[in-house]
Amino acid sequence: MRRAVAALIRKDLRLELRTRESVPAMVLFSLSTFVLFHFALDEAEVEGSLAAGILWVTLLFAAVLGINRLFVSEREEGGFDGFLLAPVDRTALFVAKATVLFGFLAAVEVFVVAAFAILLLGPSPWPGLPSLVLVLLLADAGLAVIGTLVAALAVQTRARDLLVPLLALPLSVPLVIAGARACEPLLAAGGAGALEARWLGVLGLYDLVFGLLAYAIFDFLLEE
Amino acid sequence: MFGRGLKTLSLLTVVLIVGAFALVFFYAPNDADQGFIQKIFYLHVPLAIVALGGFVLGGIHAIRHLRSGDPVHDARSYVSIHASVIFGVAVLVTGAIWAKGSWGKWWVWDEPTLVSFLIVFLLYCTYYPLRYAIEDRDRQARYASVFAITAGAFVPLNFMAVRAAESLVHPRTFGTVEGGMPGDMWLTFLVCFAGIALLWVTLVSFELTAKRTSGQLSRLRRALDDGGHGGGPGVARRIAPSGAGSR
Repeated sequence: MRRAVAALIRKDLRLELRTRESVPAMVLFSLSTFVLFHFALDEAEVEGSLAAGILWVTLLFAAVLGINRLFVSEREEGGFDGFLLAPVDRTALFVAKATVLFGFLAAVEVFVVAAFAILLLGPSPWPGLPSLVLVLLLADAGLAVIGTLVAALAVQTRARDLLVPLLALPLSVPLVIAGARACEPLLAAGGAGALEARWLGVLGLYDLVFGLLAYAIFDFLLEE
Repeated sequence: MFGRGLKTLSLLTVVLIVGAFALVFFYAPNDADQGFIQKIFYLHVPLAIVALGGFVLGGIHAIRHLRSGDPVHDARSYVSIHASVIFGVAVLVTGAIWAKGSWGKWWVWDEPTLVSFLIVFLLYCTYYPLRYAIEDRDRQARYASVFAITAGAFVPLNFMAVRAAESLVHPRTFGTVEGGMPGDMWLTFLVCFAGIALLWVTLVSFELTAKRTSGQLSRLRRALDDGGHGGGPGVARRIAPSGAGSR
């Protein structure tokens, strides 16, 4: 299984490096959203809960873009058939895709958080950065898991582009609640506040529950 | 052969609900703080509990469907979720009326239970577009089950997250709902809860029976058609009323 997962991840990364489809699009989308937020809110600098909200909504919508593209090459180029013909465990596809999505999200966030700090964020991002990275990574794990499940659910349907946001947004509400609340003190004006362990607990529990759940039921989305 | 016991069930539901409403209006006392508007509690809370229970039950049926592959469990899962979504509309409407009556606003964001219910409701509304965007019967049932299980696990997790977001900032002042409710209110609430739960069961049984019957009907039609084409003027002519064999 480990070799199958590694092969699938290599395949997806190579595809992304050659086509440059997902990550640049997600970054570009996030930048446009920041510009939109600047004009829609008429704020030059944001902080605290407003900053956390803008960052999370932007990241979530960018993630929806990535989730939409996640299985497209499999569907259009017959990757599903190829994978099903290979004598490997089917959950390998889930593990590989979730890892790839996690990597994409982390890569996007490197650019997006930097751009956010330059374009919109009032207070300095440095004091709260380690905690911010921790929160983002925990939330990315949840998004990757739920995103892979949603992408696999939606990709075989007629209304694929419609269903991904419809399914993914309500499912990620707990992530946004915990993520935004956890980031609120980190982006506050008077220096970074302490990170609340409660939110890390919620994020960790979400990752754990949906990780195990998706691992258990992903098989059923692949049978032909 | 279909719908046995449905009549008794429906009558029982009607009796229980009428009895429950009689208790609500004539037996239960008016709430000291909120007065008459508090009585919507006897409708709102049981509806919400039954709807959430139905969502979780839909997830359990979905697990059974994935394990056994039997389409009966998929039908049960679908009907449970369907009835609960309908109840969910009623929960949101009664919740909004209650909020308007006691807080003066149609919607309040600092009532965690109501907010989490809205999120769960929005998620379950996507069950229909997902299900009907898949044409293949088998795959439709499988994908719908995967959704039902995921969403069923989401229900408690979401309630926890929303509660964590609100409760510490904004303590629940609505102590009358759970804590310190007098005995006659409890009795009324329990009867109402039983009535609403029975209503849910009745609706689910009706829809399941309707589904089974129409499935049986189309199976019979197909059998008749096959008889008409294959076996000459045999079965079809004899069983079907005029015109059915010519389809």
